[in-house]
Amino acid sequence: METDFEIIQDSGSIAIKACGNTLSAAFINAARALSGLITSADKIRETVLREVEISAPDQEFLLVEWLNELIYFFDAEQLIFKRFEIDILSTNSLKACCYGEKMNKTRHELIRGIKAITYHGVNIKYNNNYELQVILDI
Amino acid sequence: MTEGWKKYLVKQDEFRWKIPASYQQGMRVPGLIYATESMLGQIWEDQAFEQVVNVSYLPGIVAYSLAMPDIHRGYGFPIGGVAATRIRDGVVSPGGVGFDINCGVRLLRTNLSEEEIKPRMSELITSLYLNVPSGLGAEGRIRLQEKELEKVLSRGAAWAVEKGFGEAEDLIVTEERGQMKSANPDRVSQKARKRGMPQLGTLGSGNHFLEIQTVDQIYDREFARAMGILETGQVLILVHTGSRGLGHQVCDDYIRLMANAITRYGISLPDRQLACAPIQSPEGQDYLTAMACAANYAWANRQCITHWIRESFVKVLGKSIREIGLEQVYDVAHNIAKIEQHTVEGKNQAVCVHRKGATRAFAKGHPDIPAIYRNIGQPVLIPGDMGRYSFIAVGTETAMQETFGSTCHGAGRLYSRSVSRRGLRGSDIIYKMAMKGIIVRADSSAGLAEETPEVYKDVSEVMEIASKAGISRKVARAVPLGVIKG
Repeated sequence: METDFEIIQDSGSIAIKACGNTLSAAFINAARALSGLITSADKIRETVLREVEISAPDQEFLLVEWLNELIYFFDAEQLIFKRFEIDILSTNSLKACCYGEKMNKTRHELIRGIKAITYHGVNIKYNNNYELQVILDI
Repeated sequence: MTEGWKKYLVKQDEFRWKIPASYQQGMRVPGLIYATESMLGQIWEDQAFEQVVNVSYLPGIVAYSLAMPDIHRGYGFPIGGVAATRIRDGVVSPGGVGFDINCGVRLLRTNLSEEEIKPRMSELITSLYLNVPSGLGAEGRIRLQEKELEKVLSRGAAWAVEKGFGEAEDLIVTEERGQMKSANPDRVSQKARKRGMPQLGTLGSGNHFLEIQTVDQIYDREFARAMGILETGQVLILVHTGSRGLGHQVCDDYIRLMANAITRYGISLPDRQLACAPIQSPEGQDYLTAMACAANYAWANRQCITHWIRESFVKVLGKSIREIGLEQVYDVAHNIAKIEQHTVEGKNQAVCVHRKGATRAFAKGHPDIPAIYRNIGQPVLIPGDMGRYSFIAVGTETAMQETFGSTCHGAGRLYSRSVSRRGLRGSDIIYKMAMKGIIVRADSSAGLAEETPEVYKDVSEVMEIASKAGISRKVARAVPLGVIKG
């Protein structure tokens, strides 16, 4: 993959493919892709910080949970994020900072809502570079 | 490639295709797909075929892994999938219900005619658009506190009616009367609650909608009359939404919990999204009670929206509700798991019926059908895409015998969204629909483009199969006049 992430649209669903030279970078790129699916990320200001800690049974679950956490913030607090830092990422857990703001429909266009990240088709590969894929229910 | 299915599917008749249990090692029961031969290539290519096979691996599954005529690829389960499992040694799978627990459809009838409201359509759609928020990136109109949310989770649509959202009569014509009694809010996580609190009374995104329709065909006058549908040109309202973020979180919470538990229970599955636990296990029981909470939330959601629809019509038309009508015809869930009595292997027994994009379709005489419909069968509501039509049908005895009282739930997706969106924007869809005389308002432009009619099968083809295979009986058809999308 030449870019940090790409969006693949398929029958009834959207897939995010993201890559990075570290697993953290790939996880961050997947989160950036997700933000861009909801709204135009360049219009998001960084006024709110949310720190998240996630642990999961394995790396693939961790990826799904990481992105689901961002959907949770959108539903519960209408938060959209622009920038992410992953502080610690072990095989089964991560600690991250997410910077963004509360969605304001006068400034932010809603592109689409996302229901959930699915466990179907989640995939993490390493081949000189981390490449990952998740499928979204929209 | 498209002919690949020919080696494996065994034709039962024109509308029934069997996947023998010998197709793949580990299948516990055969698969059975309700489709015409011309649809099978797409089902095969779409991987929905493999998903029917995968569901047959679920421990305790009985009879068949079933696929309704609107089958298409889902996540784990195919959409249009029905699977019943034994209570004693079977499993329950959150993926067999889906993220949008109790996604469903509610139909209201009116005394209005198409001619009467045509000049007011624009005002009506604007009023409905403002009154029924999508809830995306904004808070809904109802701000629930935690204590109140618990009541919603326990009492469902009855909570809404007590709060003044709608009438007690609405509950009578709602599946489960809008309240699954097995609900226990203690089993719903804090995160699910937080997602649910700002979203009650919101439409959501994706394929959810609120539609003003007009009846254009009546196939069975007597059955239609029983539902208050008297003539062509009569105005109906259809609402399609579910349990919003609360339901999505419940699904996610329990998939995660069960994915951890399956090894302990000695279960191995071909897809993680099929994660499941024995019905009798603590995980299985907890999921069923949490799922019931989300189902109740969805019924409360559709109930609040119903109230605002009535308010909007009264305000815009300046008539009384008695003159307008807007009585509820029925409300059905199409993503749900239910413990029901069915005849399996010649014996009447309780089974857990998973309906993932499938509608309950009980035959006449069933005790769970409201008295006014007991002589015709349970109303089945099958929405199509926003440019074509929706069907109203009833359940049948064949459905009771073959599909655990289930039928299709909609048109089913046909092409990939990328095909549909190539060069298409939301504004193009609004223009295209306007050319057909249909007014469309949507919150999200890309979301609207992804719902263009071309991505769906023609729902009449799906309805024909359901009807000719005998798993439901057509009553009437309606076409859209105005649509609101999330």
